[in-house]
Amino acid sequence: MLQDKDRIYTNLFGQHDWRLAGARARGDWDGTAALLAKGRDAIIDEVKNSGLRGRGGAGFATGLKWSFMPKQAGPRPHYLVVNADEGEPGTCKDRDILRWDPHKLVEGCLIGSFAIGANTCYIYIRGELIREAEHVQTAIDEAYAAGLIGKNACGSGWDFDLYLHRGAGAYICGEESALLNSLEGQKGQPRLKPPFPAGVGVYGCPTTVNNVESIADVPTILRRGAAWFAGIGRPKNVGTKIFCISGHVEKPCNVEEEMGIPLKELIEKHAGGVRGGWNNLLAVIPGGSSTPVIPREVCDTVLMDFDALREARSGLGTAAVIVMDKSTDIVGAIARLSRFYMHESCGQCTPCREGTGWLWRMMLRMVDGSCTLAEITMLEDVTREIEGHTICAHGDAAAWPIQGLIRHFRPELERRIRDAAARAA
Amino acid sequence: MTKLIIDGREVEVEAGSTVIQACEQLGVEIPRFCFHERLAIAGNCRMCLVEIEKVPKPVASCAQPVAEGMVVKTNTPMVLKARHGVMEFLLINHPLDCPICDQGGECDLQDEAMGYGMDRSRYHENKRAVKDKDFGPLVKPTMTRCIHCTRCVRFLADVAGAPDLGSLGRNETMEIGTYVEKAIGSELSGNIIDLCPVGALTAKPQAFTYRSWELRKTESIDVLDAVGSNIRIDTRGNQVIRVLPRNHDDVNEEWLGDKSRFACDGLMRQRLDQPYVRKGGKLEPATWPEAFAAIAAKLKGLPGSKIAAIAGDLACAESMMALKDLMAALDSPNIDCRQDGAKLATLRSSYLFNTGIAGIDNADALLLIGTDPRWEAPVINARIRKRWLRGKFPIAAIGPKRDLTYRHQHLGDNLSALKAIADGSHPFAKVLMDAKHPMLILGQGALTRSDGAAVLDLARQVAVATGMAIDGWNGFNVLHTAASRVGGMDLGLVPGLGGLDVAGILDQAKLGEVEVVYLLGADEINTDALGKSFVVYQGHHGDAGAHRADVILPGAAYTEKSGTYVSTEGRVQRTQQAVFPPGDAREDWKIVRALSEVLGVPLKYDSLEELRTKMADFNEVFGIEDQLVANLWDEFGMEGPVSDAPLAPAVGNYYMTDPIGRASKTMAECTALFVHGAQARTGTHG
Repeated sequence: MLQDKDRIYTNLFGQHDWRLAGARARGDWDGTAALLAKGRDAIIDEVKNSGLRGRGGAGFATGLKWSFMPKQAGPRPHYLVVNADEGEPGTCKDRDILRWDPHKLVEGCLIGSFAIGANTCYIYIRGELIREAEHVQTAIDEAYAAGLIGKNACGSGWDFDLYLHRGAGAYICGEESALLNSLEGQKGQPRLKPPFPAGVGVYGCPTTVNNVESIADVPTILRRGAAWFAGIGRPKNVGTKIFCISGHVEKPCNVEEEMGIPLKELIEKHAGGVRGGWNNLLAVIPGGSSTPVIPREVCDTVLMDFDALREARSGLGTAAVIVMDKSTDIVGAIARLSRFYMHESCGQCTPCREGTGWLWRMMLRMVDGSCTLAEITMLEDVTREIEGHTICAHGDAAAWPIQGLIRHFRPELERRIRDAAARAA
Repeated sequence: MTKLIIDGREVEVEAGSTVIQACEQLGVEIPRFCFHERLAIAGNCRMCLVEIEKVPKPVASCAQPVAEGMVVKTNTPMVLKARHGVMEFLLINHPLDCPICDQGGECDLQDEAMGYGMDRSRYHENKRAVKDKDFGPLVKPTMTRCIHCTRCVRFLADVAGAPDLGSLGRNETMEIGTYVEKAIGSELSGNIIDLCPVGALTAKPQAFTYRSWELRKTESIDVLDAVGSNIRIDTRGNQVIRVLPRNHDDVNEEWLGDKSRFACDGLMRQRLDQPYVRKGGKLEPATWPEAFAAIAAKLKGLPGSKIAAIAGDLACAESMMALKDLMAALDSPNIDCRQDGAKLATLRSSYLFNTGIAGIDNADALLLIGTDPRWEAPVINARIRKRWLRGKFPIAAIGPKRDLTYRHQHLGDNLSALKAIADGSHPFAKVLMDAKHPMLILGQGALTRSDGAAVLDLARQVAVATGMAIDGWNGFNVLHTAASRVGGMDLGLVPGLGGLDVAGILDQAKLGEVEVVYLLGADEINTDALGKSFVVYQGHHGDAGAHRADVILPGAAYTEKSGTYVSTEGRVQRTQQAVFPPGDAREDWKIVRALSEVLGVPLKYDSLEELRTKMADFNEVFGIEDQLVANLWDEFGMEGPVSDAPLAPAVGNYYMTDPIGRASKTMAECTALFVHGAQARTGTHG
């Protein structure tokens, strides 16, 4: 259990002042120039040593990602792009950072940009986050006015410009390369990789795309040291993490906890437990809608971090815990997710464009059982034909929830089909 | 060079190639829909997935650059499973209308489905249907069949420079379309029909008229502009059904202008299929002997100075050679192949596109003078755009302002800027001088003026002053609009000693000094100016020349004869006979040969081979097929005053530059829409 002294986001619930004065009182912008004075390599090494893994879902090491950027800026400028297009169903961690701790993000943008040699940073914020965008813009304006960013940011000698760009509400624009396209004013469709953004990113220039939480973690990591951060959690799964707990719990909430906290502890301590008690639990989607569902037996013991959840054949994703009790129509719930992934597919590449609609329609028939038992196997087969065959991970995200459902709830699917057949007879 | 292993075999390919190209080099076939060598890579069809060692997921081979030591496998279960899956996805929403689809038999989806499709569908839901769109008179969309490969989108955006198509919407409801319904406004729009791997885009004029396997294919050359595009003529019986481009990297790559592709329906209309003789003011059908007799009667005892001949834009070199020999036998110096009156000089390098079309790729600055390549030679315009997209290619244009599909500096619509460039006082002169391979393109809009010879001289001065013709590079280019022109110049179809040029012939005909005018397919002259002269018209369409004629000799169109044409870059190419001329019509050189017999001055060749030998003897270029020869660079043109009058466009209507286009229903629709501006009218125009 995370102690209060180890919290990074001390205003996660918005009970304090989120503006510059309040942020300074909580330690933000304290000696930023001195942090920058350590130099690019030292900052990247520190972040590498801290073991910070990207908080956007894939869990790629942030320091390593930064080290992919060219060492010296050539004729093409470098860019840092912060992905604030938080749209994964169940996830609302970035939202609370954006509205209650925007200065952590702004400071992180400065440090991150400096570390990768970028003088310009864009924050691409989800269009629906209206108040949050206002807060971030206010924080940016305050930072400019206080000389914290802009020319000679914090007196460090580094020129730094920060822009807020509002998206138009497409889920796929949270995929980093689609985000770059959207930022450039093009249709939000993922790009082919290679080339990776570190080589050819926004406007064809070397770019790093990071999640809000990853970037906002950085100033505190640098202040308190890599060892402090690496000391929290389990090896390779370190640090603190904001968990979003929603669904059939007594008190849905966002909470900062240490990585690797047992799921049961997380729910019972912070969310007031499952509605009707732990025994009323049916299943949990542990990391945002795209991660496969895990049934109660797994929930009893599983730890909430990247590797433990992968062993449980699910994923930490964005750490958005969606709790479902026994009143849930689990097939209907997954069918609803299928509809979401069908609707948000960008339509660029074949398996995702054609397959997600097919999955959704089959799922609809699974809900009332109007299909044959063989179609369960076929449904699984279709998800395998999508998974891994697409340009971006949206295809995988559409396939995984259904694979999780079939893996753990096949008897339920079969029961519905048999019942429907009996009714028809 | 990069070495990699594909299916256990080692192959060495150029660094920077993609895996699919490496596979191709090795002869390993990779199925693909969205990938096309000449278009940007999209990687969206996912059909070309291969397995690469140490990569967990299958990789799109069209987008994956090769790397040293890469191990690629193209036939593992993982790859086959992926391809079967993609094929199944493509087919679930594809309609089962192959039996009525014009693409049937030449459809990539059909072909690949034979290899990767299943024998039955597992898809039990409703199929998607898409409301039909209207893309204008040339392209027929059936978007329900679309597999969203976006080849058409990328072609129009990148190659044609008319980004009219895009993908609208997302997920399975994504559609390719124009957003606001409109016709595709590009002269190269027909190419998206070839590019479309399925039947979503088919040719509207030929809709439901053929099945691809019924067609006989003849490889030939296009003559409706001066580019010399390589084409394939598809025929059924004695009818040309369609014209498609053939690949020629140095000429048209694999593109073709819409006129060259779609004017072929004009070959079935307004045709002259028998000789006619004017009797009592009215053209009466006649036999060949009657027609020849009428000409012989008129020519009898007439001195050569009272006879004249004009060769038209579509004439093949063979018929021009025969006509020239006939006129020489009749002792007439009045012969001209420049029916538009262009003041071309006789030095070969002065009337050629000297860099060659492929040479545009190497140029690094361009000056356009009185030319609109977009309408005069759309394929060349696309080549200029291709070079421009690569960057560092400043372009300036003098002449009527036009959207050329690439950014360029407009230096005014009269020639004062050219004078300034010639004397070095214009800033663009420095751009040309600083360039390593500068080029200029001189159009017929500048040469057909009365001061054309002086303009030619001025352009030569610019070429000399800016160092365009040095070190094996000659950037002086003339862009022709007529397929016959360079051939005619190469054969010396210009007035002989004391002879009259086209303007002279018309003047003297009006005055009655020239009594017989022989028009070899010459329709673009002012036929009213022929006065009371006796006009012999030899050609294949009942166009302007035939209406004025006293005797009509029905000839063969380019699809109906084996003829030699020299393109604007000086490339000698031959058309092949795809169908027979209609009715009594004959190959043109044979008509002239037969006429010479009746006139008592028989020409000294009896077969095409003998005639071609004669041509090669006259000018050796006719013996060198499909190659560019180096040409001497020397003085030409005539110094003189250049007027400040604005330049006029050489082509007033791209779709109707010749009798075939004017006879074509499709071209008439295009003219109404694109030239007369029906496209610009919207529902709010009342």
